[in-house]
Order: sequence, then structure tokens, then C-alpha cells
Amino acid sequence: MKQEEIQEKLSTAFSSEVIQAVDEFQGQIYVTVAQEKIREVCLFLKNDPDLAFDFLSFVGAVDKYPKKPRFEVVYQVYSLKRNHRFRIKALVDETEEASASIDSVVSVWPTADWHERETAEMFGINFNGHPDPRKLLLPEHWEAHPLRKDFSALGNDQDTPDLPPRVRN
Amino acid sequence: MGIERHLNDTVHVTNLEWLVNWSRKSSMWPLGFGLACCALEMIATFVSRYDLARFGMEVARPSPRHADLMIVSGTASKKMLPAILRIYEQMAEPKWVIAMGACACTGGIYKNYAVVQGIDRHLPVDVYIPGCPPRPEALMDGILQLHAKVMKEQSLHNPPIPKIRSAG
Repeated sequence: MKQEEIQEKLSTAFSSEVIQAVDEFQGQIYVTVAQEKIREVCLFLKNDPDLAFDFLSFVGAVDKYPKKPRFEVVYQVYSLKRNHRFRIKALVDETEEASASIDSVVSVWPTADWHERETAEMFGINFNGHPDPRKLLLPEHWEAHPLRKDFSALGNDQDTPDLPPRVRN
Repeated sequence: MGIERHLNDTVHVTNLEWLVNWSRKSSMWPLGFGLACCALEMIATFVSRYDLARFGMEVARPSPRHADLMIVSGTASKKMLPAILRIYEQMAEPKWVIAMGACACTGGIYKNYAVVQGIDRHLPVDVYIPGCPPRPEALMDGILQLHAKVMKEQSLHNPPIPKIRSAG
């Protein structure tokens, strides 16, 4: 299926409240979906017989700081059956009271497990309903989120200490 | 130690110290562990072309309890650091540390949050070897420098007690 057809199918299956925007960059179409409906949209992408997106290539995020909403969570999907690809995004924001959060899609594609863990630790986005919400790459004791734009790449002794507190003399 | 008791103090202390130092430097077994690309140069140093066996170091010990020398060969990420310190603590005294390559000496090109900015923040380094990575000749030169240092150690009168500095 062509990208236009995939986008068409999504737009007819979901209301305009769910499909918030359709954009194109260098001939690649991507849709922005409502953050609360991400799991529903993903289930549809996977289970619709024409789309058949049976393979999740990647989950990542973009920090748009200081824009609001701050984060874009990006999902790259691929269909091994139909050999087509698509990209969907969801906008997630962080407020004073609540950290950024979005539903996990591990129950749709198990691949999402590690991708979401990495995104969670790097950006500080919570994935609700993730089966194993530990850090993936960073040391357990770090509180900082290195891929945020307001994080200094040099780190410091408070945010990114060399050793966990109990090992330090 | 215990060697003094076997000799019944009949050997001049200066010579005994020389003998102990000579024994230590002549069979200084390195720990077989590598961290990054420097480890490949270290491996090249061990094999027949450069042949560390000439200096009594042909066996890279897989167990830290058998090893005398830790060659920190490469980038030490902060996530790896607790493991490195644990291995170092498991090594029996006397023990020595070589910081091999720019990363182990200073963090090298990785001036960022994820890499330890010089292993000497946490381990007592005896010899620093610059280079990115250092060639086997440079590593051998470092090892020979360490041998020279060991020969000057007051191993009986004033044995060095290394202290691990804290990160904070």
C-alpha cells in the first residue's frame, strides 16, 4: 500500500479528534495521533488485514523544548507481510504536577519493551502499563534524562555521579 | 611476605628488597580484561609478534585473584566502573595499575556524562600511556617503565598501600 492509502485508511477509521494532524516531510507522510488513543491506533495498525503492521521498527522521542507540548513520541512501523512502512507520532507534555506519560504499546508489539525503556530513561517519559519499567542503558541511580535539551552533555556529579551512593567511599 | 623468615635474616636487607622487587617485576601477571579498542592493541602485545613472555607476563589471568597488574585498556563508562572497582578490589596485594590510552588517562574524546574522566579518579594509577590507541611498542614501554618503578619500590621497609579515592 502507498503511504497516502495508509493515511486515508487511518483517517476514515478514526475521528479527527484522534488523528490530530497529517504532515509530510520529504515524501514521507506521518500522522499525529491523540496521546490517549495511541494504543488503539497501534492495535488497528497491527490488526487491520490491509495494513498488517506486524513489525515495530522503532520507538523514540524528540524533545521540542521550549515548545509546548514538549515531547513527540515517534513510532516507526513496518509490515513484513505487505512490505510497507509508516510513521505515527503522539504529542506528550510535562507539567509542574505530572511527568510526561503515554500508554505503553508492549501489549501490541512486544518489541516495544526495550525501545520504551530507553525512551523513558533518556527523556523522562513514563510509559503507562509497561511490564518492566526499569532503566535499560543508564545506571539505576541516575535521575537525569540525557537526551533532554536542557541537559548538559558534560553531566555533573549530582545528576550523573560516577558511582552509586552505596559504593562510594 | 614470609620470605625473611625462610632466609633467617642472613641476607642484606637492601639485596633482599632488590630480590623481592626483581621477583615481582619479573613475573607480573596481567589481568585478562579489556574495555575498548585499546584492548585490541593489548592483545596484539600479548601475541607472538611482540611477545610479552620476554618480560615474564605471558599469562593473562582470567581471575583477578591471580593477577598483579590491571591494564585499564580503554574507555571506562560510568556504568562499567563499579565492575572495574570490584575486580580491582579482588586482586591480591601487591598490585599495580596501568592506564592505557587517552580514555583511561583522561576520558579522551569522550568528554561527556557517560564516561569516567580518567580512571585515576578511582584507581591508583602507576603508569599512564598516551595514545589513541597506543601501539604495542608504547604499551611495552609503559610496562618497562612500571618495571623500573617496581625496582625502586621500598617493598620491605615501606610497602605502598594504595588508597582508592572516592568520586565525590
